[in-house]
Amino acid sequence: MSISLPKAFNEFDEARQKGFIDVKELKEKGKNIVGTYCVFTPWEIILAADAIPISLCAMSDEPIPEAEKHLPRNLCPLIKSSYGFAITDTCPYFYFSDLIVGETTCDGKKKMYEYMNDIKPVHVMQLPQTTIGDDSYNLWRNEMVVLKERIEKEFNVEITDENLKQAIKARNEERRMLKKFYELGTLCPPPITGLEILKVLYGATFKTDKNEQNQTIDNMIKSVMEEYNNGVRKVSEDAPRILITGCPTGGATEKVIQIIEENGGAVVCFENCTGVKGNDTLVNEDIDPIDALTDKYLNVACSCISPNDNRIELLDRLVDEYKVDGVVDIVLQACHTYNVETYRIKKFLNENKNIPYMSIETDYSKSDIGQLQTRISAFIEML
Amino acid sequence: MYSIGIDSGSVATKGIVFDGQIIEHIIIPTGWSPKNACEEVLLTLLDKTGIKKEHAFIVATGYGRVSIDFADKTLTEITCHAKGAHFLNNDVRTILDIGGQDSKVIKLDNNGNVVDFLMNDKCAAGTGRFLQVMINLLGSDIKDIDNLTKGAVPESINSMCTVFAESEVISMLANGSSKESVASGILHSIANRIVTLASKVGIEEDIMFTGGLAQSNELTNIISNKLKKKVYTSPLSQLNGAIGAAVIGLNKYKRLKSRM
Repeated sequence: MSISLPKAFNEFDEARQKGFIDVKELKEKGKNIVGTYCVFTPWEIILAADAIPISLCAMSDEPIPEAEKHLPRNLCPLIKSSYGFAITDTCPYFYFSDLIVGETTCDGKKKMYEYMNDIKPVHVMQLPQTTIGDDSYNLWRNEMVVLKERIEKEFNVEITDENLKQAIKARNEERRMLKKFYELGTLCPPPITGLEILKVLYGATFKTDKNEQNQTIDNMIKSVMEEYNNGVRKVSEDAPRILITGCPTGGATEKVIQIIEENGGAVVCFENCTGVKGNDTLVNEDIDPIDALTDKYLNVACSCISPNDNRIELLDRLVDEYKVDGVVDIVLQACHTYNVETYRIKKFLNENKNIPYMSIETDYSKSDIGQLQTRISAFIEML
Repeated sequence: MYSIGIDSGSVATKGIVFDGQIIEHIIIPTGWSPKNACEEVLLTLLDKTGIKKEHAFIVATGYGRVSIDFADKTLTEITCHAKGAHFLNNDVRTILDIGGQDSKVIKLDNNGNVVDFLMNDKCAAGTGRFLQVMINLLGSDIKDIDNLTKGAVPESINSMCTVFAESEVISMLANGSSKESVASGILHSIANRIVTLASKVGIEEDIMFTGGLAQSNELTNIISNKLKKKVYTSPLSQLNGAIGAAVIGLNKYKRLKSRM
């Protein structure tokens, strides 16, 4: 029996709300919960301790006014939102987390973690600023070990290499499934809309039962392809194909995807951390697990790493694989590294790939919807 | 075959009737209701030319385009400005447009298609609205801006934000600056803003300055001096968006007819 599409998609959409009950039940069963914010967090180490890693709420406008009582107004909305959820007890995952793991990916976040530590125990991993050189590698490798030791101590468990290897396998399996799903976007026309892709990718970060998630996605792919092969077309073949890059999207930034698709564009690929960035490369299953994790998590194509050539290489490949007509870079207000990088990305896309590019600086409010409408529809008219 | 282009901006609603040439045009204040203004523009144009609505293809643009329920097609002002400028002068490759509530720089190819553009985000800095607020403060009329600023030594206005600039101007006047030099300073401030935007997109010749403020020779000269390049304007530049809409409309209409 084929799963009806809207229901399956909505299930992911509702994952955050439903998660309240899931996570409460897990706590009642005695499970430890570790809250995370970023694609740099090695979830495998948490899983290896038989704890549950979960993404924390960070993409809504609601808690921002509360956060601004402590944090500057001119700060990235993702940081303000994360902190706001934390101090207002409105994120079930944060509420039930036994430990929060953060990384020094940017100045705003690392200073915010200092304040957050007053509310919950926060473990911050010191991320090197570059992938170049042995010092960076060794520093990051050591941070993996320190995290492992902290979790062992915190939860009174021992994490063996065997535990790590199993966790790596499980995470790779999840990545393969997500990849198989978002790669539906390579089809011309895509069998699903960009908003649907995003809902599943974003929703998956709030799911606790990954076996069930893999199964649901697998069924979803099957039923989508069945309909597609029967000639169902949700997206016009003429719709310009858009790749999204830049800061994390989901939650309130869905507005950009919505406007793109309402104006005739089709979002076929999410290069950012909600999508390809975290799932594109797997963790090597054949070498020492800590080395394998270090290697994987040092090479995330994030703008906080300098130089960030990995992002260029990734974009280069994705633009071809997804037959992209235009690239939209979403930059959250006050995210300096992504904002500065827009110049390089534009130059690369315009000059090396001959692809039109636009950068959108936005936040989680609705105040720029009118402007976005005009700018995005003009961009699509141009393609 | 006729097409009608209507550009409903925040200040004025413009319309033209087109059959390859501009047959008729009209500019009226948008007022509080873009919907009413657009209807009035359409009815007046039909009335003046004796063309029946069914015989024309209507393309609407500008921020008020969403309220036009009789349009056959709607497009953003960016696409329309590009086509309009190309119609007025097909050597144009860069358009500087300062509208009532936004400013934009558009780069086009030799067919008048948009290659790249940038638009101010969110605030009114450097727009027509900014000038209007400042000129009201000086007790002058926007129409007299050229007479007022001719030969004046510009004061330097530092604030980009309309509200802060207002305070700054009040302080300047209190400190004895002349109305003329403050007004000239305001024009320089607007020019700086559009020149910065332009340098981000990259300027290619020929350059055309459009939008309501393009009627000011002083502002045109200031921009031209800052860019160290010749800046072209047209007496029809306020109609530019409407012209573009009509040009696109006529092409579309012809394509549709040829398929029938």
